[in-house]
Amino acid sequence: MQKLIQWVDDRLPIVDAWNKHLAKYYAPKNFNVWYFFGSLAMLVLVNQLVTGIWLTMSYNPTAEGAFASVEYIMRDVEWGWLLRYLHSTGASAFFIVVYLHMFRGLMYGSYQKPRELIWLFGMLIYLVLMAEAFMGYLLPWGQMSYWGAQVIVNLFGAIPVIGDDLSLWIRGDYLISGITLNRFFALHVVALPIVLLGLVVLHILALHEVGSNNPDGIDIKKNKDENGIPKDGIPFHPYYSVHDLLGVAVFFFIFFVVVFFFPEMGGIFLEKPNFEPANPLKTPAHIAPVWYFTPFYAMLRAVTVDLFGLPAKFWGVVVMGGAIAILFVLPWLDRSPVRSIRYKGWLSRIALAIFAISFVILGYLGLVPATEGRTTVAQILTVLYFLYFILMPFYTRMEKTKPVPERVTG
Amino acid sequence: MRKLILALVFTVLPALGLAAEGTVPMDHMEPDHADKASLQRGVTLFTNYCMGCHSMEYSRYKRVAEDLGIPEDLYENNLIFTGAKIGELMKNSMKKDMAADWFGAPPPDLTLEARLRGESWVYSYLRGFYKDDTRPTGVNNVVFPNVGMPHVLVSLQGLCGVKPNVGVPASVEPLSGNINNGELCPSYVSEGSMSEAEFDQAMYDLTNFLSYTADPVKLERERLGIFVLIFVAIFFVFAYLLNREYWKDVH
Repeated sequence: MQKLIQWVDDRLPIVDAWNKHLAKYYAPKNFNVWYFFGSLAMLVLVNQLVTGIWLTMSYNPTAEGAFASVEYIMRDVEWGWLLRYLHSTGASAFFIVVYLHMFRGLMYGSYQKPRELIWLFGMLIYLVLMAEAFMGYLLPWGQMSYWGAQVIVNLFGAIPVIGDDLSLWIRGDYLISGITLNRFFALHVVALPIVLLGLVVLHILALHEVGSNNPDGIDIKKNKDENGIPKDGIPFHPYYSVHDLLGVAVFFFIFFVVVFFFPEMGGIFLEKPNFEPANPLKTPAHIAPVWYFTPFYAMLRAVTVDLFGLPAKFWGVVVMGGAIAILFVLPWLDRSPVRSIRYKGWLSRIALAIFAISFVILGYLGLVPATEGRTTVAQILTVLYFLYFILMPFYTRMEKTKPVPERVTG
Repeated sequence: MRKLILALVFTVLPALGLAAEGTVPMDHMEPDHADKASLQRGVTLFTNYCMGCHSMEYSRYKRVAEDLGIPEDLYENNLIFTGAKIGELMKNSMKKDMAADWFGAPPPDLTLEARLRGESWVYSYLRGFYKDDTRPTGVNNVVFPNVGMPHVLVSLQGLCGVKPNVGVPASVEPLSGNINNGELCPSYVSEGSMSEAEFDQAMYDLTNFLSYTADPVKLERERLGIFVLIFVAIFFVFAYLLNREYWKDVH
């Protein structure tokens, strides 16, 4: 075994890579529960890839056969139901884990210098993940697949001048059809996963270059012992590899409760109208995107006024796009001298709390039909969402921060 | 550790409470896929009364026979009318375009109906027919107003002359002691072969069968789920001990 490793290592730096990324990658020893979600996101990614490959073996990407082939997987393929529920639940789990992972970044300032690139790659992963989820949702070819895609692709039509041609180009047809299904299938199973994997590699390489942040937001590399090892650092392997196993076990427990007992999650993970095949002539009474898009969908619907001769729908799309785009510039909005929320002032804490609550309530509002009252609430929350970012350069500089300790506090 | 569990639970649980509620009042129906006798009565009713118009094209005869504990030859001789082989999908002979001419819309495939609309909806709908001479079929439905489907089960239920009490709980008048809405239909125009209780049971069985076909693996899934969760729980114990052992020397 040793000889074999030596033989390979003479030709490929495997020992070096193992040490750089695992055995001698020194991570702060004070990670808390929020630090499980990065490795859990990797776990879910692997789950999606593996179950996805097997689903592809029995899925039929045509308008005529897609719906029936999903039911074929659910009934006639050995363990097909398990593969499908792992994949459909995995999609939702992916977003839960990623949202918590991002919230961790917001709390502990993990996007601040020198980790701007990690944040940017992470945001690109999030963007690709949304595209991946959106295209995957069309594939079962149920009513909600169809009409959800119809609504979202039509959003591009709100862009002046080029809008209609753009949505036509995306669909490849005048309405969502088998042609759209085929291209979404190609993008969902080949193109986007490749991009996603590439971005994940970049995300982790960038992380391992500058080192992990921690709940105290302290740079552990400032305090090194005589061997050049950070005093507050411990090797990722074995300490965090065994530690992450705990997170995996707890995650799996909850995940499997859903997979085996509540695969539809009360119509949230698998929407009820999707148990009816797509019908271009019959519009469902209430079209709602899947839950992980609903905060942005609520913002889209919250814009109800025409402005500068352009329709409200266009401005809704602008707001929705802006809500995602503004996350990209976050590292340059935070002017605080400290990273972690532990040492930031009250303004930052309140702002983060309001932001998180707004996002969750917007998510709920996007799920339910709009009423006048709900639209007003959504408008207020949309403003609050943006204020978190727009005011950040001011409140992070104004507020009084607490002194940051020299060493991590556990 | 407790914090971790709580954090995860709180992120997932709120979604459970969001189950969609319909606007039409309905009678609650709790399916029981373990009640094989009920499912067997259900498949009999479905085959005899529904399948002429409604296909079940994602389900196979053989799977139904196996899951419901009906011997294959018995099933083939009594419950397959189209000459199909036992391994085939449960299709029927009605042409969709002709059916659309007859009923306004082709009768939908019912494999997934219980998952699409919910068991309570199906159970209430089946018991919701009443006499309405303004409709071409002579009947209407309280759960699905102006439905195109005729009252196929009229020979069993009879025909209710007024809107039946679907989704209306029975109540006792405090002064007189009279019971209001105690029965599904207060007055029948014509009698059926079943009593009201018998018909309710028959519709329970039929709904139960539709619930089964919509999600045939449910029983097996939940049985396996227990073992999976036990495995993960045991795995957690070992992971916890392993982690504790390694982290002993981190201070």
